[in-house]
Amino acid sequence: MNPRFFTPVVLGLVLLFLIGPFVIIVAASLSAGETLAFPPQGLSLRWVFKVFEVESFRASFGVSLFLAIGGTLTALVLGVPAAYALSRYKVPFGETVRTIVSSPIIVPGIIVGLALLRYLVVPFQFGILPALFLAHTALILPYAVRVVSASLGNLRSDIEEAAVLLGTSRPGAFFRVVLPNIRGGVLAAFILGFVTSFNQVPVSLFLSGPGVRTLPIDMLGYMEITYDPSVAALSALLAFMSMGIVFLAERFLGFSRYV
Amino acid sequence: MSDAFLSLENLTLAYGDTVAVKDLDLTIAQGELVAFLGPSGCGKTTTMRAIAGLLNPKAGQIRLDGIDITRVAANKRAVGLVFQSYALFPHLNVFENVAFGLRLRGMSGKALETKVEAGLASVGLSEFAGRRPAALSGGQQQRVALARSMVMEPKLLLLDEPLSNLDARLRLEMRTELQRVQKASGVTMIFVTHDQMEALALADRIVVMLNGEIEQIGTPEDIYNHPKSAFVADFVGFENVFALEDGKLKTDKGPIALSAPAPDVAGLAWRPGMVTLGTGPFEGSVRGTSFAGSTREYLLDTPLGAIKAEADAALALHDLGALVKFDLPVDKAVQLQRFG
Repeated sequence: MNPRFFTPVVLGLVLLFLIGPFVIIVAASLSAGETLAFPPQGLSLRWVFKVFEVESFRASFGVSLFLAIGGTLTALVLGVPAAYALSRYKVPFGETVRTIVSSPIIVPGIIVGLALLRYLVVPFQFGILPALFLAHTALILPYAVRVVSASLGNLRSDIEEAAVLLGTSRPGAFFRVVLPNIRGGVLAAFILGFVTSFNQVPVSLFLSGPGVRTLPIDMLGYMEITYDPSVAALSALLAFMSMGIVFLAERFLGFSRYV
Repeated sequence: MSDAFLSLENLTLAYGDTVAVKDLDLTIAQGELVAFLGPSGCGKTTTMRAIAGLLNPKAGQIRLDGIDITRVAANKRAVGLVFQSYALFPHLNVFENVAFGLRLRGMSGKALETKVEAGLASVGLSEFAGRRPAALSGGQQQRVALARSMVMEPKLLLLDEPLSNLDARLRLEMRTELQRVQKASGVTMIFVTHDQMEALALADRIVVMLNGEIEQIGTPEDIYNHPKSAFVADFVGFENVFALEDGKLKTDKGPIALSAPAPDVAGLAWRPGMVTLGTGPFEGSVRGTSFAGSTREYLLDTPLGAIKAEADAALALHDLGALVKFDLPVDKAVQLQRFG
């Protein structure tokens, strides 16, 4: 086939494949009808408003927000020093640590969820919220370590020695000259972690329990009972939220440099 | 030396099990400008890092201004270091880079401003105070690094390869700048370099290092005219260096006698300009010539091996392949105490 026509056709198909579902969701959420349908029956914003009236959505949104923010912050508190140690020192078994730290990216979430349920929650009577918190922190940690490692890799280590010779201590040098220079990477890791946690399904699926659910799990539960377009409306709202965050991050941080 | 300001005694430095510097002894007087000269891996940078406190010695002592600083932390030594890569803080502008150490000392307000501005003025960068390091040229970055160290009024200023990242024109400018700053402040300065011309041009005294040991210490004139070992001779441009064996030159083709009796030393060395061309007991064929302004350089294939000679450019040219007589005059040769 002539590449002049072939390239745009393939490009168009790929874009359709990537953006199509999103368009369908947004269209379905604007439906005036009673059931989830595409093409939408009439146009209305009623299901968008309905989202905010559903009590369980409000509760699970709170849980998700707490996990995403708290989990990401915890992962950063653990991940930044880890990334620093891995990039600056010859850590014994450093390679092993790197591999283990990245294992949640490789191991399917569903297995992580099952493992945590079977070997942590059940035997130790771990509460649902602490278990979810732990799981989300563990899931975000690899992103934190990787993204922060990348920006540490671009930072010369002799500026720390220069700071020490100008009178600060080693920890002082870290806070005064390392941290300010990897701020962008840390923020990028935060955003990536936040979005990852917020959209997490498989691990949360196993660990959600009575009364405590993350938003995506709650949406799945809602759909089993009610088949109205409010789920589509919520999905669309969440997608716009993620897009907004990434857009702002790109605008002010050059997010794509870090990921 | 009684007026030792900095003294290194039996200093042994190692990275893990790899010994980089062995049993080094050295004293430096106040206000001296000293060069550590040597090829990469000779231990010069390692020694400098130990003086700065960035590396703990395996053994030995470092004394500065009458105080044993061997175990004093790097941030309490009053030793400044200008890094080869300058190591400016990328997130701070020029003013804040220079103010960094002063702020740590608790200085602020007008006093800080005055001091930083004076520091920047002394390196001619007053109008760049608001710029980020990334917006400066290499030479400007280095002057910021110099000002950043100098405003701390260190007892001792160390410079790691201060001219190696600069182009030829800036190099000369920076060399003058360093000399000026040193003379104006009277600070004791040590700089590390692998470039003999840099060391010769800038230093009051040169410490030539090889394989973690001091090979020779002397004034630039000493080092240039009277190298004590084959290594130093080779390093400062003696292109024709020979070991002596039973009064004869040691060559690939066996011992060869000179035109006069040789002294009882380990070796002899000649600069290209010390080789007599046109007459003499030896003969070689011209393999290459190159014009060098007032002189012309010749590379000769001879029974002694390759010989580099130099002749006045006004004299007739020896053609490639031509046979030329020459001599290595014993009375002009530099006598080497050590060979290898």
